[in-house]
Order: sequence, then structure tokens, then C-alpha cells
Amino acid sequence: MTIEIRFSLAWPGFGLDLDLQLPGQGITALFGHSGAGKTTLLRAIAGLERIPGGRLVVNGEIWQYQGYFLPTHRRPLGYVFQEASLFPHLAVRGNLEYGMRRVGGRDVSRMAEIIDLLGIGALLDRKPDRLSGGERQRVAIARALLTRPRLLLMDEPLAALDQERKNEILPYLEQLHAELSIPVFYVSHSPDEVARLADHLVVLDGGRVAGCGPLTDMLARLDAPIRLGEDAGVVLEAMVAERDAEWHLARVDFVGGQLWVRDRGLSVGTPARIRILARDVGLALERVTGTSIINVFAATVTGVAEEGHPAHRLVRLDAGGAPLLARVTARSVAALRLAPGVPVQAMIKAVALID
Amino acid sequence: MLDADDLAAIRLTLELATLTTVLLLLLGTPLAWWLVHSRSRWKGVVAAVTALPLVLPPTVLGFYLLILLGPEGPLGRLTQTLGWGVLPFTFPGLVLASFLYSLPFAVQPIRNAFEGMGDRPMEVAATLRASPLDAFLTVALPLARPGLMTAAILGFAHTVGEFGVVLMMGGNIPGVTSVLSVRIYARVEAMEYAHAHWLAGGMLVFAFCVLLALHALQPDRRRP
Repeated sequence: MTIEIRFSLAWPGFGLDLDLQLPGQGITALFGHSGAGKTTLLRAIAGLERIPGGRLVVNGEIWQYQGYFLPTHRRPLGYVFQEASLFPHLAVRGNLEYGMRRVGGRDVSRMAEIIDLLGIGALLDRKPDRLSGGERQRVAIARALLTRPRLLLMDEPLAALDQERKNEILPYLEQLHAELSIPVFYVSHSPDEVARLADHLVVLDGGRVAGCGPLTDMLARLDAPIRLGEDAGVVLEAMVAERDAEWHLARVDFVGGQLWVRDRGLSVGTPARIRILARDVGLALERVTGTSIINVFAATVTGVAEEGHPAHRLVRLDAGGAPLLARVTARSVAALRLAPGVPVQAMIKAVALID
Repeated sequence: MLDADDLAAIRLTLELATLTTVLLLLLGTPLAWWLVHSRSRWKGVVAAVTALPLVLPPTVLGFYLLILLGPEGPLGRLTQTLGWGVLPFTFPGLVLASFLYSLPFAVQPIRNAFEGMGDRPMEVAATLRASPLDAFLTVALPLARPGLMTAAILGFAHTVGEFGVVLMMGGNIPGVTSVLSVRIYARVEAMEYAHAHWLAGGMLVFAFCVLLALHALQPDRRRP
């Protein structure tokens, strides 16, 4: 199952030149700075923007090719816009039913399920102007899901919200990720959201694809197509394996070993994501004793690259099959003679456990 | 106080204004939509023609309508061929003239309403599987409701208040084309001031109520 996208256009001051084969499942993040063409791409996929000569095939179904152009209202997709886009003349229930009725009837049990999934049961009779920004976006997501889309497009659904509202919605999105099988294209310029949600990453820059691949691989690349600076780091899939009640820690196992992290209440056996930022990883040649750092692994240097400031270097490591990035000073690279093949101890100061 | 001809004039005026308003909404709404969304190069021309009655003296409009629709005019020949007869000095002729004369007053508020909502609601509706016509009926029209109400009220009131066009197009045939404004003129000319007062005073109160109603429709949050 794949989604094939080929679009090129040249508008004054803006161009797009894309040829992509994206997986027809999981969350694909379209990442890039503003003006990179993310929203235009998403709108072209939805058919809201007509790019002549484009080609779009979604899981075997042609949406656009040569002279053929399936109009938006015939495309089985869901679209969540950046800002609240609820119909102001309809209450929440009317908004939810609007699309559902047009795809063939009210499915009461599915409606109940989606309403429950997004926690909007108490809002059904309210008009959109009586909702908070976060509530509106949850209703908009539910409304899109109720049309049984075969592709869900989300255009920075959290960008217009403050951090508190973002934190309110992110868990719902993570749950969607876990429970829904439909492919999702998620436009974002937030490394945080991408790390939490995406399986696959497409980096756009100036209307072109600067990089494309599975999230874990993409984040661990040294020749990162986009400078993340303080946000550079890897995301690893892991599972909660043990909880230590005395010290409020949880042990998560991943391909390269085990990590102790702050216990966030996830039960043993729960799959989880961990994010390790490059600035939180230090390197030593020998095993250091008498340190406060509890997560230390043996790893091998696989590459060294320049990064942003001339004082910094980004070191790529292999820790038993799992990639890691460490940001150290150029002086340390020279002093420790860090080069591909050198065995090191990776000391991890902080790990973010993303559920 | 009011004689049979006065009452006939009131009834005729209300019939004319109602029919004109219905036509204005039925035809003005698609026209306003087209003016907002069309990329045709004729858009400017159509917008200008629609707005002409705003700046022309009603006599100019009335004069050309008379010529075009008269027995020798091109449109007059057409209406005769179609078996509708000659329109000037008939009620249908009045409706046509009133419709054209009030068109800008109905189209402008509807156009503003469509412009104000932007493209987003229609795009959202399309992503929710609504066809363009479906979305127009279930999203654009409900969202444009204040504009449509304003258009209806203005169109109705403007038709009631017109004088020049109806006088030229309809003349003053009691019960057929003699509307209130023309009737008042006739009463004043005949020095029947008492009758004129009843009719003119009634119009004044009506116009005031209309403007008050329009004010109530404005979404002004500072209103008490």
C-alpha cells in the first residue's frame, strides 16, 4: 500500500517539485519551515489546489492523473485545518453529522466510539463559539474521522493553540495513532510533535524533498536535511519492562538495551517511544564510576559531523543496533580522537518517555 | 381619509414590492455568488452594469426601458413574439423595472456576506463530501443569512420608495400601475393635502421602521 505523489508547479516566488512514494499506513509527518510547501502539498492532495500535470495515486486508486481530476468532495479523505473550521451555524452534533450523513447514513455506534475517543461527549449541543480552541480542534478531528476517510490530512492542527491546549490534544492524537489503521499526513514545523507522532518523515525545503524515510532513520542521520539545533536527537521504539516503586522509575527496553526513566504510570508491557536529544548525551572512552548518570551504554562511533556552531560536533553512535546522536564539543572530539569505529561509553543525562 | 384608489395603490405597492423582493433574492443571490467567485473577464462589466442604477437618475433607466420594451424596441418585439404583449404601462413591466432598479441594493449585501465568509467554509464542506451545490445550500446560504435578510429588507423598501422609474414605466393607471409614491404625487398636484398626508406620513413611518429593523440585524456587539 503506497501513496504516490508527483506534483510540480512554478508560481511567481513559489515552486513545488515533488516525486514521492509514501507508505499507505501510519503517520507521515510533512516537516519544514513555513513557505516550504507543506500546506500547498496537503491542499493539492485534497484537491483544494489544482496542480495541472500532477499525479496522485492513493493505495491503488487514482485521484489525479493527466486530464483526470477527482473533485475534493469525491475523494475519501478527512481534512483537519490549522484553525478552527467548524460550521458556526451548526452545533457540535450538526458538525459531526454533516460529513457522516454524506457518506451513507448515521452509524450510531461508530459515532459513539469516535466521540468517546476524542472526549467530546459533553459538548454535543454547544455551538462552536462556546468551545475552547482545543475543544474545537477535537471536534474537527472527530468530524473528519466520521466520514470514514481512507487518508487523513492534518494541517498543523495544533499550531493555533497554546502549549496547554497542545498538551490537551496530543494524547488524543497518540491514541488515534494507536487505534486507527488509516494513513495520516501530518503537516508540522514542530520537532516535538513529529517526534511524538510520526512513523515516517518527509522534510520539505523550498518546495523540494530534502529528505524522506522512516522517522528513526531520518532523525539519526548526520547529514540531517534540516538543522534541528537544540532539538536534534533520536526517537526509539521501546516497551515498558519494569517499574520500580521505591525510586519512581520505569525500565524501558529497546533494541540497544535498557533505560531507566521517570515512571509516568505506564503499565508493564506498554509500547512507548523514547526520545533522546543529542545535547543530553555525553561520551567517555572508559566506563565512568561514581557518576549520577544512571543510563550508560557501550556504543561505537559511526560518524562525526559538523553541527551549527563551530564549537560543536554531532557524533553518531551505534548502541547494539540502535542509533544515537551525541552533541559534544569539537575539542572533545579531538582530545578523545573520536572517529568511526572507536568504542565509547554513551552517558545519557535525560530521556523523554513519550507514550 | 383614504379612498378606493388609495387602498388599491397600497395593495399594488405591497404586491409589487413582494414580487420584486422574491425575484431579487432568487436571481440576485446567484449573481452575487458569481460576482464573488467568477474569474471571468466579464465580471467587471457585469458588476458595473448591476450597479448602474445607483448613479443614474431613474428617468434615464425608465427612458431606455421604455424604448427597449416599447412596441418598436428590440425587447418589445421579443415580448410580443413570445405572446406577452408590450410591457410598459403594465404590472409585469413595473416588476421588471423595479427589479433592475433595486438590484444593486440586494446584490451588494449578499455579495458582502459571501465575500466575508471566505473560501474556507466551502472547502471544509467539500472535504466532508458535500458537492458544490450541496455546500452552497447547506453552508454558504445559512452563513450568508444576515446578508440575505438585509438584501430582502433593502430591496423591499427601495421598491416601495421608488418613484421615477415606476412613473416612466407605469404611468398612473389606478389599480394597475398607480403605486403609492405616484399616488402621493397625484394627490399633491390636485392640492388634496389631507390625503397626501395620510399616505406620505404612512410611508415615513414605514421607512423608519425598516431602517430600525436593519440596525437590529447588524452584528454590533456594543449595541445595548
